[in-house]
This record gives sequence, C-alpha cells and structure tokens, in this order.
Amino acid sequence: MLDGLSRSYGHHAALAALDLQIAGGEFIALLGPSGCGKTTALNCIAGLIAPTSGTIALDGRSLDGTPSEKRGFGVVFQSYALFAHMTVRANVAFGLRMRRLPKADVAARVEQALALVQLSGHADKYPSQLSGGQQQRVAIARAIVIEPPLVLMDEPLSNLDAKLRLEMRTEIARLHRELGLTTIYVTHDQEEAFSLADRLVVLRDGVTQQIGTPAEVYYRPANHYVADFVGFRNAVPMTLERRTGDAGVARGDGLTARGTVCGDGSGAAAVTLAIRPDDLVVGGAGENAFEITVDAVEFRGRGFVVDGRTASGQRLRGTSAAAVPIGEAVTLRAPAAKVLLFTGTER
Amino acid sequence: MRRRLAAHGIDRTLLLLLPALVFVAAIFVYPFLYGLVLSFRPERYVGTLGNYQHFFADPFLRDTIAITLGLAIPAALFNVAASVPVAYRMRGAFAGKRLLIGLLVMPITLGTVLIAKGLLTLLGARGWVNRALLELGLVEDPVRFVNNYWGVLLTLVITGFPFAFLLTLSYLGGIDPMLERAAATLGAGPRQRFWQITFPLLLPGLAITFILTFVLAFAVFPSAVLVGDPAGETRVISIVAYRAAYEQFDASLASAIAMIMGVVQLAVVGVVLGVRGRLHRGPDGRGAR
Amino acid sequence: MSAIARRPIVASPLTWLAAGFVGAFLVFMLALVAAVLVNSLGTRWLDDWLPDGLTTQWYGEAWREFGLTSVLLVTVQIALAVVVLSLLIGVPASYALARRDFPGRRLVMLAFLIPLLLPPVTYGIPLATVLLRNDLGGTLTGVVLANLVPSVPFVILTMTPFIEQIDPRIEAAARTLGAGTATIFLRILGPLLVPGMLAAGLLVLVRTVGMFELSFFTSGPGTQPLVVVLYYAAFAPGVRASQSIDAMAVIYMGLMLTLLVAALSFVNPTNLVARIRES
Repeated sequence: MLDGLSRSYGHHAALAALDLQIAGGEFIALLGPSGCGKTTALNCIAGLIAPTSGTIALDGRSLDGTPSEKRGFGVVFQSYALFAHMTVRANVAFGLRMRRLPKADVAARVEQALALVQLSGHADKYPSQLSGGQQQRVAIARAIVIEPPLVLMDEPLSNLDAKLRLEMRTEIARLHRELGLTTIYVTHDQEEAFSLADRLVVLRDGVTQQIGTPAEVYYRPANHYVADFVGFRNAVPMTLERRTGDAGVARGDGLTARGTVCGDGSGAAAVTLAIRPDDLVVGGAGENAFEITVDAVEFRGRGFVVDGRTASGQRLRGTSAAAVPIGEAVTLRAPAAKVLLFTGTER
Repeated sequence: MRRRLAAHGIDRTLLLLLPALVFVAAIFVYPFLYGLVLSFRPERYVGTLGNYQHFFADPFLRDTIAITLGLAIPAALFNVAASVPVAYRMRGAFAGKRLLIGLLVMPITLGTVLIAKGLLTLLGARGWVNRALLELGLVEDPVRFVNNYWGVLLTLVITGFPFAFLLTLSYLGGIDPMLERAAATLGAGPRQRFWQITFPLLLPGLAITFILTFVLAFAVFPSAVLVGDPAGETRVISIVAYRAAYEQFDASLASAIAMIMGVVQLAVVGVVLGVRGRLHRGPDGRGAR
Repeated sequence: MSAIARRPIVASPLTWLAAGFVGAFLVFMLALVAAVLVNSLGTRWLDDWLPDGLTTQWYGEAWREFGLTSVLLVTVQIALAVVVLSLLIGVPASYALARRDFPGRRLVMLAFLIPLLLPPVTYGIPLATVLLRNDLGGTLTGVVLANLVPSVPFVILTMTPFIEQIDPRIEAAARTLGAGTATIFLRILGPLLVPGMLAAGLLVLVRTVGMFELSFFTSGPGTQPLVVVLYYAAFAPGVRASQSIDAMAVIYMGLMLTLLVAALSFVNPTNLVARIRES
C-alpha cells in the first residue's frame, strides 16, 4: 500500500503524492513516458531510494527505514544487472544463499526456477554467453526464486527487439498466471501495460493521472493527457455551448460536435474534443460529421488511415475501408458516444 | 591484391605506424639487443656467461635480487590493499571529490629528493617525530626510522599509493553500480555486497594495479641511496647496475645486471598475469584480459 | 539517483578505516613538505624544534650556485620536446592501431607495451652506452631520445582506446560529403582528438619532469634537468648547506605542482588511468 508517496530532488518533484492500494496477486502497471516518475516510484518501493514524504506499507506493516536488503522484494532491472562473474545457476541462487537456506533446498529451487523460465540447459553458462532474451529470463528467475511478496519490474523488455518483446510478454503473463505473485511493472509501452496488467497507473511528470483497469483507461480516460496517450489522436480545442448531464455540444474552428463531457470538469467552457481515428470513419455512421480535404493516405492492412484538413485548417485523422484519392473531400463521421469532450486544463 | 590486403586491414593507413615502429626499433629494441649482446661479452670475466656467473656467485650482487623484491613486493601489496577501502569509500560522487583526489595524487609532484630530505628531517634522530616521542616519554632513545629498510619502504608507499589509488578508483568506476543494487534487493548487506559482488569483479583490475605498482617500486634507485642503507639493507639491484656502469666502468657487467633485473621483473609480472588468467571471468566473460 | 540507502556514515567501520588512512597519509605528507619548507627557510637548524631564524637567502643561493635559470630552461626544453615528439609519433600510430585490425596487431601492441613494463635501468644503461658510442652522450638530443622511449608507448597506449571510441562512421560520413584526408584529420578528427592528446601530453610532461633514471644516465653537464641536478646536490660529496638543497627541492616541487594542477584542471584523473588498463 502506497500512501501519499512522493520524492523530490531539490525543487523538482520527481514523484508527487502517489496513493495506491494493491491486492495480493495483482499485476499493476506504472505507465508513462520517460521522466514521469515511474522508475522513481519503483526505486522507492524497492528501498533503493528514500521517499521525501509518504509511507509504504506491506500487509499493514510500514516499510519506512527498512533497507533494501531486508524488504525481500524481487526486482528485475532494465539492464538485467546479472552478476557477470557468476554462472546462471549462481546468479539465481544468490538471493537464496543470502537467506542462508540449506544447499539442497537452494539447488532444488534453482532448478525449479530455471525450468519455469525454460533455461534448464543453460545453468552452467555465464551471462555473457547468453542472448538478450535469455539474460532477461535469468533476471526474472533470480527475482522470483526467492518467492517474494512483491515482484518489481523496471521496463524489463525495453532492451529487446520487437519480436522477442512479444514472446517475453507472453512469458511474463504466463509466469504471473502460474505463480500468482503480486507484481508492479514499469513501462512506457501502453500495449504492454494493457495486455499484462490488472490495473494501470498512468503517470505524467510525477503526477498520477488515472488509476484503473485497462478497459477503464482505454474507454474512459480521466483527462485529455491520458486520452492522448491511449490513442485519442484527434484533439480540437472547442467551447462548450450546451450541456445536459453528460451530454454536451461544443463548437470551435467552424466545427460542431456532440459528445460525452468528461474530465475534471472545472466548470469552464473550454473543452478539448477527442476522438479515436478508428472511430472517425469515412462515410461512417454518427451524428458528428466533419469535412476534410485528404492530404495523406496510409495502407494499414485492414483498412486505410486518412489524414486531412478541415476548412479551417484543423488536422484530423480518420479511417476508411477503401482507398481515398489525395485531394478529395470526404466526410468523417463519429457517433456521440465515441466523442469525448474534456474539460479541465490537462493537455 | 590490394583488395585482398584491405580485407585483412592492411592499407596505406598502416604507414602511420611506421614512425613509431622505427622509433621503437631504433631507440629501444636496438639498444636493448646491443646491451644483451654486450652482456655476453664480459670485459672482466671468462666465458660468454661470465658476467652472469659472477653476479650469481657473489653474494654482494646476488642478494640484491632478494633485497629489491623484499622492498617492491610488500610496497606494492600494501599500496594495492590500502587503495581498495579508500577508493571503495570514494566511489560515489560527493562534494570535493576532485579536490580530495588531487590531494591524494599530490605526492607525485614531490620528487624523490624532497621526500628523502623530508623523511630525514621528520623522522631523523633529531627530527620532529623522535622529539615528540622523547618528550612524551614513549621511548628512551631516538627510534631509527630512516637510513634503513623502513625509510625506503615508506618512500615507496608515499610515491606508489597515489598511482595505485587512481587505478583502483578507475577500475571501481567500471563496475556497474546496478549490480550492487541488485544484490541489495536480493538480501545482501553492505559487507556481502562488497565481498560477493564488487571484490570478485575488481580482482582482475587489482592484479593489473599490482603489476604496475610493482614495476614502479622495483625500479627504486634514488631513495634507496638517500633514505636507505645502500651498502647494506637497501642495496637494490639498480644501485649495483649503476655502480658497474659509472664507477667500475664495466658496461658489459652493467648490461648483464640490467638484463637480470628485467628478467626478474618480467617473471613476477608473468606469475601475476598467470594467476589472473585463472580467475573467474571478467565482466565480459571472455576470460580475464 | 542516490545510491542504496545507507546507515548513517558515522557507524561504518569502513569509513573510519578509509578516512583514518587518508587522514594519516595527508598529515604525513604535509609534515614532510613542511619539514623541507621550514628547513629551506631557516637560518640555522641544528638541534631544536624549529630553526633559529627565518630567511630566504637559501633560495637565492641555490639559484646562483646551481645555475637554476639554465637548469630550468633545459628542463622545460627537454620536457616540451618529449611531449611534442611523442604526440607526433604516437598519435598517428594510435590511429592506425585503432582503426585497422591487421594480422600481427597484437604483437605490435605488445611491442609498444614492453618499454613500459621494463625498469628504466634495463634499457637506460644500454641506451646510454649506445648514445655514447654515437657521440650523443650527454647531449640534449640524447636525453630527449631516452625520455621518448617510455613516452611514445604511453601516448599510444592511452590514445588508442580513445580513438577506438570515436565512431569511425563520422569519418565515413565526412568522406561521403566530399572531404579529403587532410580535411578529415584537421577539421573533423583533430578537435575530437584534442582532449585525449591534452591528457596524454600532460601526463607525459609530468612523468618526464619527474623521471629520474633516464635523464640521469644520459645527461651530461649543461644538459641535466632539474631532477638530476637535485639528486647530485643531495647525494654528491661536498659540503653543501642542506638548506639550499631543500630550497631547490621546494622549487622542484613548485614546478611539479603547477604542472599537476594544470593537468588535473583539464583532465579528470580517473579517466586518464582508465585508458592505460586496456593492455
């Protein structure tokens, strides 16, 4: 449980007031771009740096002042941090040896862990003899073999190439299913976060933007920043004209839109219109219609992505089932349910 | 043909090597070989190996090897051993780090004569230290710190430590700090982190530091004369080489002694490198380089 | 990011050990320097805590007696010549070694390494003999040549890893943009090389001024650098006031200190040494 966790460097708040309750066995992802504070949060939890304020508690017991070596969490570092002078077996066994477990136990558990990550045949090799993906798995094995109450992963897949990343993602998901270890996973890749996590924490410049399940974040982003992060590529500043409960009508840049009002609703009339390109279809259905002149078309396998400008010069991106010639004027449509109007100043 | 050579990395760029190679050949290899040949043509002794036989037959000369090793090895060992805790404690960044490093490196500027004179004044029979000891009643007669083995050893430590320290510091800097963090999360306390992680990774570097410090110490010459007992306890091999060349004017014997000195030193270096090669693999796992 | 949370510094025995040693070392060094300094500034110091009185006469005397003006001139000449020549010879060689992997490369690197591993006496004495027999004994040329023996390998050993870490593609890029070899060396590589050359050059300077043995064996009257003159003054028989010797020693130290401060302010000391270890 993290309560008001924050960490500042001088005047710079790397992390501000993160509040998070984690249930046992949950997979939490900390999501955001570089510098958003997610690694800072992870390091605080691991005990590698001390928070400026706030507390961290495990099962009701406060961890403040407890040094890293006594917290017993399994940490997988971005650079793997494998001990180059030890074999794979020795690396994995390290945590167990520090706990002074009997040798037979250690050996058995190491074998188990290696089997779990499918590296059984490589136990006597040195890290430098392994590929990136294999080293990754050693790092994971080393962290989970100690059966920690919490596993912390700091962008473990960012050093791998695309194909390997997908494979390892499946591996990690499988391990989590089999072992049920509570996990906090730091990443900047939203695809990873969405596919692995039970819940997400979206961070920006140290400030928590939203905490929720992947579905919640995907369909109901809390503010425009999160929306933009999860794919609401179209953003148009508008003014709210009418509002009835959640439904609203906004006008701006020569365009009228009918959609759902959300965001922190500071009451001001300035809103940002957000629509996913997937929801803005050429010749599609929906109350909202925007005319654009196409200036770029990209083939995407299952359809086309269409970029164009409105009469007032506003850029919009939508999709089309069929190819559209450049220079043609088309109408993009989106239903009100898919159009979000964000109040508040989060941009 | 040109292309085939180029595939092996041979092209006109290699011409840049020529001056250096010529230079090394002319100024180093040639005189070295010259000296080697000269050593086999003794001026005063019989037979090709006459110089060498004379050296090993005469205890006055033969013992210099043991004496020099007896100074150089402990000095190098101490310097390396002392540099580890100091460099380890200083491995992070902190205010004044550069200043502290500068201060620790300063002995390089002092020069053998200043250190020698300083030691004589400081530790001599009428020097400050002895005065203090006498006045405090800790001893009855002045303690003999200088003009013996200890004076020279002290000099070797003063001049050798800064160098060893710099090397160790740089090797420590080459060890990924993430490793210590990883070890901490796995439950290793500060002492365990050092002995299990940092020290094994540092060891190949320490071997090199030892070798380089040893090489410096083995060549000890002026201090052995100024602060030591050149006729007796600190009769190092450089002294007898010098004596043969400039006092006895026996260039042949001098060359022979110089060769012996080189061989002994290379032998020690070779042993240490051999041991290092058998150590656990270095950070790149290709066997310690 | 700060390191692993430590317990308060006071409690760590390691810190005490390290601090203790460092403290003792520094105090001892200062005492050493103080002893020499005090003696050089004293009128007479026979049997007391401090000399009888203070004077700067010894500095003037030492200067006159040993002809320090010309000695310093000689020292500077030798040192600068060694630095310039070793860089001129060594840097191109480093470039070749860094950029080309040819058969025998390891052998060549070894050949350059050996002069640094051998005691100066081992090659110094034969070298002195050779110089003598070629009418170069006791000349400035001879001293410079002798000091070049360890300096050129040193430059090569420090510059090769330095050049290796400069991306070779920069040169390729320059070539595709039409730059000739001379332009590449002067305008592209040159500026990149300067920090490394500065570091190597300064180190060679410090070493040469401080290296006793080689200059000792190869120099003669009129070509002796300060370090040799100082030794003779201290060691050679004759009644010489120990104060003037100390004064000279202090002058020597002053010279070296200036050089060292210059070196340290341009270069990060740990970076310098790191290059040497790639052997």
